Amino acid sequence: MSAALAAAPRSPPLPAPPPSVHIEASGVCKRYGGASGLLALDNVSLSVRDGEFLSILGPSGCGKSTFLRCVAGLESPTGGSIRVHGEQVHRPPRNMGIVFQRDVLLDWRSILDNLFLQVDFRRESRKRYLQRAHELLALFGLQGFENAYPAQLSGGMRQRAAICRALLADPDLLLMDEPFGALDALTRDQMNLELQKSWAASSRQTILFVTHSIGEAVFLSDRIVVMSPRPGRIAMTLQIDLPRPRRMAVREMPEFAQYCAQIRELFGAMGLLKDE
Amino acid sequence: MNSTDRLFSALRQWAAPAASIAVMFLLWQAAVAGFHVRALILPEPTEIFGALLDQPGYFLREGFYTLQTTMIGFALAVAVGVLLAILIVEVRLLESTLYALIVALNSVPKVAIAPLFVIWLGTGTGPKIAIAFLIAFFPIVIDTVLGLKSVPKDMLDLAKSMQAARLDQFWRIRLPAALPSMFAGMKVGISLALVGTIVGEFVASDRGLGYVILTAQGTFDTAQIFAANIVLGAAGIVLFWIMSALERRLVPWHASQHREA
Repeated sequence: MSAALAAAPRSPPLPAPPPSVHIEASGVCKRYGGASGLLALDNVSLSVRDGEFLSILGPSGCGKSTFLRCVAGLESPTGGSIRVHGEQVHRPPRNMGIVFQRDVLLDWRSILDNLFLQVDFRRESRKRYLQRAHELLALFGLQGFENAYPAQLSGGMRQRAAICRALLADPDLLLMDEPFGALDALTRDQMNLELQKSWAASSRQTILFVTHSIGEAVFLSDRIVVMSPRPGRIAMTLQIDLPRPRRMAVREMPEFAQYCAQIRELFGAMGLLKDE
Repeated sequence: MNSTDRLFSALRQWAAPAASIAVMFLLWQAAVAGFHVRALILPEPTEIFGALLDQPGYFLREGFYTLQTTMIGFALAVAVGVLLAILIVEVRLLESTLYALIVALNSVPKVAIAPLFVIWLGTGTGPKIAIAFLIAFFPIVIDTVLGLKSVPKDMLDLAKSMQAARLDQFWRIRLPAALPSMFAGMKVGISLALVGTIVGEFVASDRGLGYVILTAQGTFDTAQIFAANIVLGAAGIVLFWIMSALERRLVPWHASQHREA
């Protein structure tokens, strides 16, 4: 071994490649309804690295969902630009999965058929994705429910199926718009753990996660962007340096409490939390 | 579910409605006999069923003719109605013009137009089909438009995010999502088609149950009129049942189809 190493031509150690940018938003503005209309997003500039878990945190109506919808190509900004892997977003980028607050499962399709929706749209062979579908369903504890219909599943299971649907084609970008907002607290914690697990198992998947839960954002994210109430501006960016994989016990760590306190303080300063 | 359970649930499903119909006829029989009502005003049920059994072939033949006319009119109403509804939803201009016109025309009593069809189409099957079509057409168009427009927005966003072609969005999302509403319109429509056919037969005809009723009225044969109405009622139930069966088959996933939640 050492002989082989010695024989190899010496070269200076390669510097780690700079993490490439996945999403680049610069000066994004969104105004609804004409020049005097409602300003939802005001000059939002933000870049998300490949493989980063970035959360956008803010109160209801701060434009965080609007921003996500602009990245998804479902809405177009009225100012500024968004690039995904260097390409200007005009339509939904390929290789993207999206999860909404509502699971939006099609009631007339079985769970497995719901997973295959995009495959059907693209007229690809279902066979190619069958194994992946079963893997995902197993990862999210849905094995045995392949042929069940959405109406037979609980809210948490339905949202799990929606996540599996978004992940089926192994997208390198996953957009999540308050995906656990409609779930009870316990299910929500469970889903956070499962999402982290699936993200860890993926190879450098970028996740843009919109939430209004401080604890959820700190628990899941590499970085948090906090937005101000309307018009949405970036009020703070916070790097979360907590060891991974994170267990529930992370929440009892003083660092975790500090991050949360920092955000709560900012919310307080913005007049969103009156703690008397 | 074991077989006895199934038997019981079938009994509950069929026995209760059948028993209530039987009780109605019994009370009717008793009231007519007890209060000595003249047969010209209200015949006894036994007399009505007697009239039915006297000429079963006649009622069957005329009933079949009426049913056939109804089905043709209804089928046309579904084909034209659904197609128009799709156009109205897809083409913006049509919604403010054609759809507004349809909604306005819907308030005209269609029965009042029936004589016009006789002038235009003669006294054959044509005018009856036309009236059945016209009267069934409105609920089908209106409910299909409603269904197609009430597809949840995030469902369409999902399709867009998956780069689905417009036509795919229609076949895989909009149409299935609209089916429950379309069935609501078709169930109303099929009952109305039967009404339309009878109206057509009243206006000018020499066949069908409407004609049977009209001639029986001419001879004050009250029992005959009731007999024809019983056949009509049965036909209406059969038509509605066919639609319900079709609905169970095509939209088993819809909330309205789950008996036990």
